[in-house]
Amino acid sequence: MAVLEAVELSKHFETRRGIFGGSRGTVKAVDGISFSVESGKTLGLVGESGCGKTTTAKMVLGLEQPSGGVIRFDGHNLETLDTDGRRHYRKSVQAVFQDPYASLNPRMRISEIIAEPLVTNETVSSAGVAKRVSELLDLVGLPARAAQLFPHEFSGGQRQRIAIARALALSPRLVVLDEPVSALDVSIRAQILNLLVDLQAELGLAYLFIAHDLAAVAHLSHMIIVMYLGKIVEAGDARDLALDPKHPYTQALFSAALPSHPNERREEVILRGEIPSPLKPPSGCRFHPRCVHAMPACAVEAPELAAVDGRFLACHLFTHEGIKGH
Amino acid sequence: MSNSTLSYASSKAAPRAIRDIRPPLLELRNLSTHYVSQQGTRVVPAVDDVTLSIRPGETLGVVGESGSGKSTLALSILRVLPTAARIVNGQILFEGEDLVTKSDSEMRHVRGKRIAMILQDPMASLNPLFTIGNQVAESMRVHEGTRRRAAWQRAIELLKSVRIPSSETRVTQFPHEMSGGMRQRIVGAIGISCEPRLLIADEPTTSLDLTIQAQYLALLRDIQREHGLALIFITHNLGIVAKMCDQLAVMYAGRLVEYGPVERIFDNPVHPYTKALLNSIPRIDGMRQRLTAIEGQPPDMARLSPGCAFAARCPMAFDRCRVEAPPSVALEENRTARCWLAVPEPPRAAVGVA
Repeated sequence: MAVLEAVELSKHFETRRGIFGGSRGTVKAVDGISFSVESGKTLGLVGESGCGKTTTAKMVLGLEQPSGGVIRFDGHNLETLDTDGRRHYRKSVQAVFQDPYASLNPRMRISEIIAEPLVTNETVSSAGVAKRVSELLDLVGLPARAAQLFPHEFSGGQRQRIAIARALALSPRLVVLDEPVSALDVSIRAQILNLLVDLQAELGLAYLFIAHDLAAVAHLSHMIIVMYLGKIVEAGDARDLALDPKHPYTQALFSAALPSHPNERREEVILRGEIPSPLKPPSGCRFHPRCVHAMPACAVEAPELAAVDGRFLACHLFTHEGIKGH
Repeated sequence: MSNSTLSYASSKAAPRAIRDIRPPLLELRNLSTHYVSQQGTRVVPAVDDVTLSIRPGETLGVVGESGSGKSTLALSILRVLPTAARIVNGQILFEGEDLVTKSDSEMRHVRGKRIAMILQDPMASLNPLFTIGNQVAESMRVHEGTRRRAAWQRAIELLKSVRIPSSETRVTQFPHEMSGGMRQRIVGAIGISCEPRLLIADEPTTSLDLTIQAQYLALLRDIQREHGLALIFITHNLGIVAKMCDQLAVMYAGRLVEYGPVERIFDNPVHPYTKALLNSIPRIDGMRQRLTAIEGQPPDMARLSPGCAFAARCPMAFDRCRVEAPPSVALEENRTARCWLAVPEPPRAAVGVA
């Protein structure tokens, strides 16, 4: 069952130029995307800078208000929730961020850090809090004595475990993982990825996993969404998509992913040019200026996301009109 | 042609014999760089007894986690170490000359001219107050005494060669007017401006997006081929090594634990750390399989045990590993590994442990 569902979700930011606020522009950071996260499953969100993946995460976490579209949690529209419903939502959706050096308060003991969500959201006795903290520490593989220590006494990997314990304190249904391993040392990443897989199996958590490391996303996800400049270009089963990307952008992205062995020869697609500014996205398909298969129709008409062979693609190469127009 | 008459017995590595007879461009011999505290009481052996070499045109990947000494190694080669660091032992032979014994003014003719370096963060290596043209031209003016106008012309050409569109106008612009990928390419252009023999790149693509990283790596490879540059790639990313490098040096806690040709190490890693590292990376085609994690944490460099630094995390460790640091053991084909398991005679028997 879908824990969280987003329908036609958009976030537009207004910008002003010059000190008198003259000409205004709109950055369509997220432009009408739909997805759902199932309980016990991981939805991977990939894309490069400016594709809108972090803005999407912020909207899911309630840190940004969507400018359009609907987010449903357990079938309830977030906008129509009353105060209690909203509180319940905030408890059910938690986050783990990239940098465990920035996300833990250096002046708080680990026990206080992990207990904070409990203390602020629930009425639990202090004995109950202590018990929950030691349960959580055990769950993430840290010794019970860690509770009395401060963040600086831990390494990056251990800090990320603490951040995960804090995110799990309120028994959430959905955890947003925003680049949870990219700040960690290589030898530590596998520990944390394994921990995340174990916790999901044990607690039936849904994950929204955002990362630029495609191998890590492919490893952890059941479904993958690929975004480019605020739009979904391809979405589908993680395995199918990673092994056989169809959208020219996804193909380029996965061909740019680094090999795991020197003998692994992959067809290399080197894209022309840079990622355009989201302030002035190209006309038609936003990817067309860099696309190797671009046709005249691509510059004019934006392709709609359509179901093709069991996945979703937004590309004229796969739609009827595109072929006719060519 | 090469394998018809050459006998395998005459050379250690017959298929590579032609390449291997050239003298190395850079050779590190037992290099040790230590950080010493002000009172001299605490010593951190950031680089400890490292021996390796790189031939002209070759690419060497240096991998290791943060604190393994890979950046200190690079800074030692250029002799731009922080004040607390000292090269305490060893030689850095570059084109036959020992850089360790050179004076500061002699080193100034090496840096940027014969050995250049690209750093991780291009915004930190470009001066925000000078135009791109000025900064690209600077090292040519300093090292080669190129006249202002000629250097400016050459800067335009260099920007073209690193594929910066409309380079004539770009030279007059400032770093903040460029994207991250462009800035990194400009730093690359500065690096090659004096036609160095060796380019050291310290995590040059970490701040770049994937497709931009692919562009940049392809560019570096082209530049390398064109100029016959030797390249040292310092990275924590084994994928970059797999894609770019001929030789691989794996560092752990300041020591070189495994060194040799990339493909051989990927096929058959000898040191347990290299093995574990290769098994711990998720693969795009290996979905949801359990990763082999390396348990534990990297050691505290100021409090290293007398034994092998990896022993505490090593699944194969035995008693000797904890008391005595293993020597660097020469294996076939210019490979070395620093592990008791690589020592020819059965090491367990040697110390009488079952």
